[in-house]
Amino acid sequence: MNNQANNINDPKKAVAESLPGGGMLLSSSNPVEEDTALLKETFKEKYKWGFVTDIEADSAPPGLDESTIAFISAKKDEPEWLLEWRLRAYRHWLTMEEPEWAHLTYNKPNFDEIIFYSAPKSLADGPKSLDEVDPALLETYKKLGIPLAEHAALAGVAVDAVFDSVSVGTTFKDKLEEVGIIFCPISEAVHSHPELVKKYLGTIVPYSDNYYATLNSAVFTDGSFVYIPKGVKCPMDLSTYFRINAKSTGQFERTLIIAEEGASVSYLEGCTAPMRDENQLHAAVVELIALDDADIKYSTVQNWYPGDENGVGGIYNFVTKRGKCQGDRSRITWTQVETGSAVTWKYPSCILLGDDSVGEFYSVALTNNYQQADTGTKMIHIGKNTKSTIISKGISAGHGQNIYRGLVRIQKGAENARNYTQCDSMLMGDRCGAHTFPYIEVKNKTAKAEHEASTSKIGEDQLFYCNQRGISTEDAINMIVNGFCKEVFRELPMEFAVEARRLLEVSLESSVG
Amino acid sequence: MTTPLLEITNLHASIEGKQILNGVNLTIMPGEVHSIMGPNGSGKSTLASVIAGHEAYEVTEGSILFNGIDLLELEADQRACAGVFLAFQYPVEIPGVSTKFFLKAAVNAIRKYRGQEELDAMDFLDMVEEKAKSVSLNIDLLDRNVNEGFSGGEKKRAEVFQMAMLDPLLGVLDETDSGLDIDALKIVADGVNQLRTQDRGFVIITHYQRLLDFIVPDFVHVLKDGVIVKSGDKSLALELEEKGYAGIEACKSECSCA
Ligand SMILES: Nc1ncnc2c1ncn2[C@@H]1O[C@H](COP(=O)(O)OP(=O)(O)O)[C@@H](O)[C@H]1O
Ligand SMILES: [Mg+2]
Repeated sequence: MNNQANNINDPKKAVAESLPGGGMLLSSSNPVEEDTALLKETFKEKYKWGFVTDIEADSAPPGLDESTIAFISAKKDEPEWLLEWRLRAYRHWLTMEEPEWAHLTYNKPNFDEIIFYSAPKSLADGPKSLDEVDPALLETYKKLGIPLAEHAALAGVAVDAVFDSVSVGTTFKDKLEEVGIIFCPISEAVHSHPELVKKYLGTIVPYSDNYYATLNSAVFTDGSFVYIPKGVKCPMDLSTYFRINAKSTGQFERTLIIAEEGASVSYLEGCTAPMRDENQLHAAVVELIALDDADIKYSTVQNWYPGDENGVGGIYNFVTKRGKCQGDRSRITWTQVETGSAVTWKYPSCILLGDDSVGEFYSVALTNNYQQADTGTKMIHIGKNTKSTIISKGISAGHGQNIYRGLVRIQKGAENARNYTQCDSMLMGDRCGAHTFPYIEVKNKTAKAEHEASTSKIGEDQLFYCNQRGISTEDAINMIVNGFCKEVFRELPMEFAVEARRLLEVSLESSVG
Repeated sequence: MTTPLLEITNLHASIEGKQILNGVNLTIMPGEVHSIMGPNGSGKSTLASVIAGHEAYEVTEGSILFNGIDLLELEADQRACAGVFLAFQYPVEIPGVSTKFFLKAAVNAIRKYRGQEELDAMDFLDMVEEKAKSVSLNIDLLDRNVNEGFSGGEKKRAEVFQMAMLDPLLGVLDETDSGLDIDALKIVADGVNQLRTQDRGFVIITHYQRLLDFIVPDFVHVLKDGVIVKSGDKSLALELEEKGYAGIEACKSECSCA
């Protein structure tokens, strides 16, 4: 598995019972040669979400020290324990080094220039009811296709909208409260449900976890809080829409979802940002907890600004997402469609502690132009009969680099644990790359881990076949790419699947010659 | 005078700098069936690909007129829309895309080009059922991904089925008979014969004269080293079978094909 696969036209399937920690490197060579017909034209930027909302903001001065953290904490009127937790994280962060292990090249963020808190002035006094939200903000979300007025809202989806560092408003809150569901900005939950926040915050992703998670713990500004009580099936999808607007601002949101025994919820996350020449940092933390028989489905369509065709600007998306299947028979499903960001670094993971618990990861990552994505998952099997499934689809076009990095660890006590991993890469043109680094550690003899990988080049022959049937090259590419991603798309809620398809289409639009 | 359906003149083509076709001349009138035979590597599939507009091939000299229009000016998808159909020697698999979905996109792209209304789901399915019958194709196959997990025979039959669905003016069949047992061969031949009309023309590329027992051609041509070295009627196929390609004498100067 360590060898370089040369024949990328011929999808190679490799099945292994278990693999030592080693990587498989598949990369297209031949940069000198004429690009294929697909890529004859340079990419034109088609990012339609790149506008800026002109709104007066209330911001912290750039840079980070203990007073910045005190500033944020004071803005949110936080209890003492939380400020202390933040400061502990900050002091720990000062001892840490920016990680280097990812297969990524980028200019490290200059933390002295980043603004760690920015909120529209009109929201300075904390979230108001939706009726009072600044019309400019409502207009922004409308433009993004997320109407916040409840009468116009997406049917069957409750939305929390986060704009830079604060939540703009949450729809259908009352309706959810009727069944005991809490869905609100985390800054609000700190006040309204301090016992829950205190009990769970940082238990899945400790403040000392990794460089960017630690930074997030120190400076997180807002995000969503979800609590589904025992036995409650959430009657609608919950959704958070993140928007970075202000210049030089970092977004550090923190999401915490708790599903009590027998509860279930489907949560959706979407994100966009204006087009800017400088890189902006987004470092989020998401923690999920599923108790006995609980079921959490977490879907992301990530469309942060990817930078222009020369690789200038774009979001650095350094995110820690982790879920714990704490209870028996619990299930956590991560589904992600990643089309945006200049650099993505993200491994939504599952700790399978409860017996018979299930972790799933379905991912489509597309990199075009000079985008880089290092993404994958970790499945940690601890309980008996735990099962995990990993389906990863990487698509690289232009000079895009797509890396799958995954860890499957089956611990000693995980009798009969099962993992199935399928990792497919698709290359468009000769200048992009795809790399896979699967790490598998099996410490229990009754356990099984299965890994399949393939790399294909979107073939001239496939395109010609479609063309020969009257289908245009652009439609053919969409069809082939959609077919490639089918197993992931079918895991997404309906509207999200439609959105994801549209996004892929837009992201690939100009890659056709 | 009737316009030829296809008029290939002095066609030279190369791939990756390698010259494959060295001056092919071929004229097909509406309603005619022409068979092209020739040893492996003589350029038969190349000719088919060049007619259909595969971008990897470069036409270095010569012309192709289709119903009087310059075919070389059109992209592959436009040629398909204009009525050129190629049944592939090696049909391509498209993972994750169902055959039905693929065909509906194809049918509607072509209908749109021709100024016809797009078919709705019901009309499309009616058409599928009717055409599938003509080549005894199991309809369940169409829920599978394009050519994925199809047997060799199923792939070939699916190609002829697609041809029936897309209603071309010119059908180019590249070794559609190879790998078929005699029953399957008859079914495929029957499917093609049902499509023979006075407007439609065919180029049947084959190694074996046995297909020509079922699809009787008006002309047979022998392609060797990228040129047509001999043309004749059906009896030429029989002669080839008997003597092999080596035994075929090149055309004399009075033959029009040289
Ligand atoms: N992609 C290619 N690159 C280089 N040579 C090719 C390529 N495709 C076909 N050829 C060569 O072109 C010649 C004709 O091939 P082909 O048209 O497939 O012949 P036939 O169909 O008559 O067997 C052969 O010598 C073959 O090796
Ligand atoms: Mg051939």
